[in-house]
Amino acid sequence: MSVAESHLHDHHDDHEHDHHDLPWIKKYVFSEDHKVIAKQYLISGIIWAIIGGGLSLLFRLQLAYPDANFEWLKPILGGWIQNGKLDPEFYLALVTMHGTIMVFFVLTAGLSGTFSNFLIPLQIGARDMASGFLNMLSYWFFFVSGVIMLISLFIETGPAGGGWTVYPPLSALPQAISGSGLGMTLWLISMALFIVSTLLGGLNYITTVINLRTKGMSFLRMPLTIWAFFITAIIGLLSFPVLFSAALLLIFDRTFGTSFFLSDIYIAGQALSFEGGSPVLFQHLFWFLGHPEVYIVLLPALGITSEIVATNSRKPIFGYKAMIGSMLAIAFLSFIVWAHHMFISGMNPFLGSIFMFLTLIIAVPSAVKAFNYITTLWRGNIIFTPAMLFSIGLVSFFISGGLTGIVLGNSAADIQLHDTYFVVAHFHIVMGSASFFGMLAGVYHWFPKMFGRMMDDKLGYLHFWITFIGVYMVFFPMHYIGIAGFPRRYYSFTGFDFTQSFTDLSQIITIAAIVTFAAQFIFLFNFLFSIFKGRRATENPWRSNTLEWTTPVEPGHGNWPGAIPTVYRWAYDYSKPGAEDDFIPQNVPFSETKGSNFPHENEQMVAEAGITHGK
Amino acid sequence: MNQHELNLQSSEPQKPLSMHPKKFAFWLFLVTVLMIFAALTSAYIVRRADGGWLEFQLPSIFWLNSVIIVISSVTMQLAYFAAKKDSLEKTKLYLLLTSVLGLAFLVGQFYAWGDLVEINVFFGGKGSNPSGSFLYVLTGMHGLHLISAVIFLWVVFAQSFKYKVHSKSMLVIECCTTYWHFLGGLWIYLFGFLLLNH
Repeated sequence: MSVAESHLHDHHDDHEHDHHDLPWIKKYVFSEDHKVIAKQYLISGIIWAIIGGGLSLLFRLQLAYPDANFEWLKPILGGWIQNGKLDPEFYLALVTMHGTIMVFFVLTAGLSGTFSNFLIPLQIGARDMASGFLNMLSYWFFFVSGVIMLISLFIETGPAGGGWTVYPPLSALPQAISGSGLGMTLWLISMALFIVSTLLGGLNYITTVINLRTKGMSFLRMPLTIWAFFITAIIGLLSFPVLFSAALLLIFDRTFGTSFFLSDIYIAGQALSFEGGSPVLFQHLFWFLGHPEVYIVLLPALGITSEIVATNSRKPIFGYKAMIGSMLAIAFLSFIVWAHHMFISGMNPFLGSIFMFLTLIIAVPSAVKAFNYITTLWRGNIIFTPAMLFSIGLVSFFISGGLTGIVLGNSAADIQLHDTYFVVAHFHIVMGSASFFGMLAGVYHWFPKMFGRMMDDKLGYLHFWITFIGVYMVFFPMHYIGIAGFPRRYYSFTGFDFTQSFTDLSQIITIAAIVTFAAQFIFLFNFLFSIFKGRRATENPWRSNTLEWTTPVEPGHGNWPGAIPTVYRWAYDYSKPGAEDDFIPQNVPFSETKGSNFPHENEQMVAEAGITHGK
Repeated sequence: MNQHELNLQSSEPQKPLSMHPKKFAFWLFLVTVLMIFAALTSAYIVRRADGGWLEFQLPSIFWLNSVIIVISSVTMQLAYFAAKKDSLEKTKLYLLLTSVLGLAFLVGQFYAWGDLVEINVFFGGKGSNPSGSFLYVLTGMHGLHLISAVIFLWVVFAQSFKYKVHSKSMLVIECCTTYWHFLGGLWIYLFGFLLLNH
């Protein structure tokens, strides 16, 4: 019997879920349980984050110390170090792989994959996802996609090197750069599988949220995390197929000699046979995914943060409906601003001003969100758990990175700043670091529910402060370097006089990056150690309202041993005047909290009676 | 339970969407397919506006293929109705007929490619133009999806022999019918799109 069906009449088959006799491989490897799949995503995401972060250190070393002897890296990089110098094409491959891995494998799969899978069924009151099988398939498509990407790091011609945006003609012609050979082919195969994985996951998230909510869990009682995951999945469902189309046409150009994106190209004086293609067309298709992807990465982090900030401020989230509205607005706008990545592509300048206008509108819902976070914190009884610190860190990055977004959204300013380190600084703060902080906050916060134990707070604080200061130390100076005119993706700046005076700044960035990266191992130690030796958690360690905290310390298959709880109220009844405790979980009826009910809530008690009798 | 309580209960949404979750997920899958073709046809328009576009006559066999796929939609719907009325023999017959028509459509599309080659419109290589390449990609992608739909049809066909398709077990044949109509509609859209933008 499928989980979906059993959910609909769960009151008479609660015990069918106790199949503990599943073979090991179905329980831990090809598991269809959403909690196991979430952990698989989390651990894969962590491994990819270490690889992706490690690659960035390699090219940071090159940028800060272009004259140094890198012979000592030979044991890792082998032939890519020649005479103590990093191979310039491999430098480009490092940048490309860092971007691809971080955007897709860490912040899309690692973040959405982990928390959508873990929290959607637990917070809406479902036994599992709509289709456990598709969910399992989704993870294993991601896994295979990752294996292929990993293999591409070790082939002789190197991994893809045309930037994570893989613009043709550079990515389409193997003659252009060695990474556009087999490395690029593997990149495309890997991404095609990744798209399938994301779509399978997204199908499941949307279906589960719409169809499998427990009794009383109306849309306006859903925690903001669920709203965020739900909207993220919709964005992904609409935008990833477009990337698939773009990748398909690129594959045809590379393999079958079509000219969708290629035209009038001469290599070594010889004209290639491509005729009539348009490279700008690829940019349109790519950024139609690429821009929504920014929000696919960021929205789950914002949702997680909303939940953590409200819980640890012991206050209702400020402007619950405004938060939903602004997420919907951001999602809608994300589809009509893609060309702000292409202001200097030769696109019609009139189009540029339309896209500039639409882009700047995004500042409105974003400001609403920032305002609501701050007003939720305002005069709250703040409990500074590590998760809370990381959430506040996210708010900080969201604001400081969002401000430079307004600068870059202006097409006139962007002509100067495009493809400089200013852009790098902007998106690493607002999209990279903010989402990464959301992910870390989520791990600290839901670790007790995932593993039944607590992570160590002191190590968490240490991890937070080094990372928080480190991120600003890395990316803040980049703004200056960018305004000074440093282009991104350059192997070495020593050839130009104007760049000489910034070498020391580059070195500070690199040292800060190494320290920040090293601090992540504090987290890794804390994470692994706590899984086995951490302090035992209670059912609801943060005194939180949402349904996942009504499950046992380590929820088993089917999540709730008995019936699924019914929901009577929204998720944010913290510090309600007149209440016994400073939190009232969602499954507590109004009839049990007469002292704290508002007048309209007393009216709802009649409705509650209806539910109870109806059952 | 009195009427008053019933009303109150319905104000508390228990199952807000009375759709089977798997069916709902299937509809979402159709959305992703739709987005692939939306992207391709948008790319077609954008690229065409750039000029340097080879104009040529669409193969006339497309008309015949369109008629075939419309008829196949009718037989598919008849199969669905028959299953709903538990007339299983009719269901099998119509399913078989639909899959034959589907295969006929695919063969017709293949002949259309032959016609294109005859007037020197190629997919790739020297002398190919994006206008031709787009036509191959659109028809090819649609054809691939139609092949998957024929396989789906065979699965339903096989299930009907095991008495798994009847009025109380309609989910699979319902999804299959939806998919079939969707792909038929998609072809009509693509054909109309090509006629208009040519």
